[in-house]
Amino acid sequence: MIRVELPQHLRTLAHVKGEVQVKVEGAVTLRSVLDALEEQYPMLRGTIRDHGTLQRRPFLRFFACEEDWSHQSPDTALPEAVASGKEPLLVIGAIAGG
Amino acid sequence: MSKVRVLVGTRKGAFILSADGKRDKWEVSGPHFAGWELYHLKGSPADPNRIYASQTSGWFGQVIQRSDDGGKTWHQPGTPPGETKGPDGMPKGESNKFVYDTSAESGKALTTHQWYDGTQHPWEFKRVWHLEPSLTEPDTVYAGVEDAALFKSTDGGENWKELSGLRGHGTGPRWQPGAGGMCLHTIVLDPSNKERIYIAISAAGAFRTDDGGKTWKPINRGLFSKYLPDPKAEIGHCVHHVAISKTRPNMLFMQKHWDVMRTDDAGENWTEISGNLPTDFGFVIDVHAHEPETIYVVPIKSDGEHYPLDGKLQVYRSRSGGNQWEALTKGLPQSNCYVNVLRDAMAVDSLDKCGIYFGTTGGQVYASADAGDSWAPIVRDLPAVLSVEVQTLA
Repeated sequence: MIRVELPQHLRTLAHVKGEVQVKVEGAVTLRSVLDALEEQYPMLRGTIRDHGTLQRRPFLRFFACEEDWSHQSPDTALPEAVASGKEPLLVIGAIAGG
Repeated sequence: MSKVRVLVGTRKGAFILSADGKRDKWEVSGPHFAGWELYHLKGSPADPNRIYASQTSGWFGQVIQRSDDGGKTWHQPGTPPGETKGPDGMPKGESNKFVYDTSAESGKALTTHQWYDGTQHPWEFKRVWHLEPSLTEPDTVYAGVEDAALFKSTDGGENWKELSGLRGHGTGPRWQPGAGGMCLHTIVLDPSNKERIYIAISAAGAFRTDDGGKTWKPINRGLFSKYLPDPKAEIGHCVHHVAISKTRPNMLFMQKHWDVMRTDDAGENWTEISGNLPTDFGFVIDVHAHEPETIYVVPIKSDGEHYPLDGKLQVYRSRSGGNQWEALTKGLPQSNCYVNVLRDAMAVDSLDKCGIYFGTTGGQVYASADAGDSWAPIVRDLPAVLSVEVQTLA
C-alpha cells in the first residue's frame, strides 16, 4: 500500500484522520498514486489536480523522501521507499496567504 | 412563531445566526468549513431545510456543500445525507466539476474574453461566487462562476451543466475582468416568470434570458460609465449588484460601480436614481419585501477608497423608488468606521416588519427588525463577511 499524507483541509474533506493508504496496480508514479487517491476519495477530485488538465494546483506541492517532486513528470517513478510503503508521499499546501 | 435564519459566508468559514420573529436574541453556529472561504450560502425557497454553499480555497479550489437539515449537517452532493461513505465503505461525492462548454462544431473553446492587456484569453474556472436555488424545485440550483459563466444543476448540486448561450451569444470576446476578477456574481430569478433570469457580470454588465437560459441579451441601455471608451456601450459596464422587487418583478434596482439605477421594464431601459446620495459608489442594493419602491444601499466613498464616507457607516433608504434618500444611522457606528460591505452581503427577510441584514469586511453582521429605522450587531468579530442571506421560517 502507498502511504499519502494530505494537508489538514483535505483530510477534513475526505473524512479521514492521519495518513491514508491507497493501492496502486503497476508502476508507482505521481499520476497512478493520485488516480488511486481520487478513486478512493472522489471528493478530492479537483482539489489537488485540475479536473480537466490534471495539472497540479498552483499552491500545492508534492514531496517524497525529502525531495520536491512537484515539477517532475507525473509518469516518473516515485522512489522505492514510497512504492514499498516505507515513506509517504506528502501533499503540501503552500505556506502563504492570510 | 416565525423564525429567521441568517446565512453568513466569510473569508474563514460559514456562520448561521438564528432568532425568533422578534429578532433580538440570536444563536450563533459555526464556523462551518473552518478555514475555507465561503463565498455564498443560500437556502431553497421550495425547501428551507435545503441550503447550498460555495466553499472555495486558493489552495484546493472549489467545493459545493449541501445541507438537508437547515445547516446542522453538511455533505458534498452525491453523498446521501447522513452517509459519508458509500456501500464499499469509502467516502463518495463529487460536486465541484465545472467544465465550460466547447463549440459543438469545432470542439474547441466556445469563445475567449478580453484580458487586462487587451488580448484575448481563454475562460478558466476559478470559483463559484453565487448560488441561486430555484424558487420551486429544491434540486435545481444555478451557480454564477469566475471566469464569468452560468451553470445549472438539476440533481441537487451533484452535476453541473453550463448554460452556454450566455457566453456564446456574441459579446463574450469583449467582456473583461474587473479588479475582483471576471465574475458572474448576481443571479435574479423572476418570481412571476420561471423562464426569465437576470444575471450580472463584472465587468460586462447585466443580461437577461426569457427562455430559461437558452438565449440571452445584454440589458444595459441607460447605463453610463465614463471610464469606457464609449460610456454608453452595450457591454463593459461594471455592475455590482441587481435586486428585484418581488411584488412588482418588472422593477429592478442596480448598484453600478458608480450610480444607482432603476428599471421599470425588466431591464430594457435604466434610469439613474442616485438623487441626493452623498456618494453613489457602492456594492449592495436590496428591496423591502413588501414595499416595492423601498430600497436600501450602503454608500461607499469611492472606487479608490472602499469604506464609508467620513468613517460613518450609514445605510440609505429610499421609499420612493430612488432619488430621495434618507440616512439610517441609529445603532450604526458614526465615527472611525472604515469597513466595506460587499455585493452579496445584504438581505431582507419577509416578516411583517421587514428585517434588513448586512455584513461588513470588519466581521460585523448588523440587523434591523424595523425596516432600517434602527440597527444592532448580531455578531461583531467574525472574519470578513463575503455574503449574507436570510431565510424566513414559518
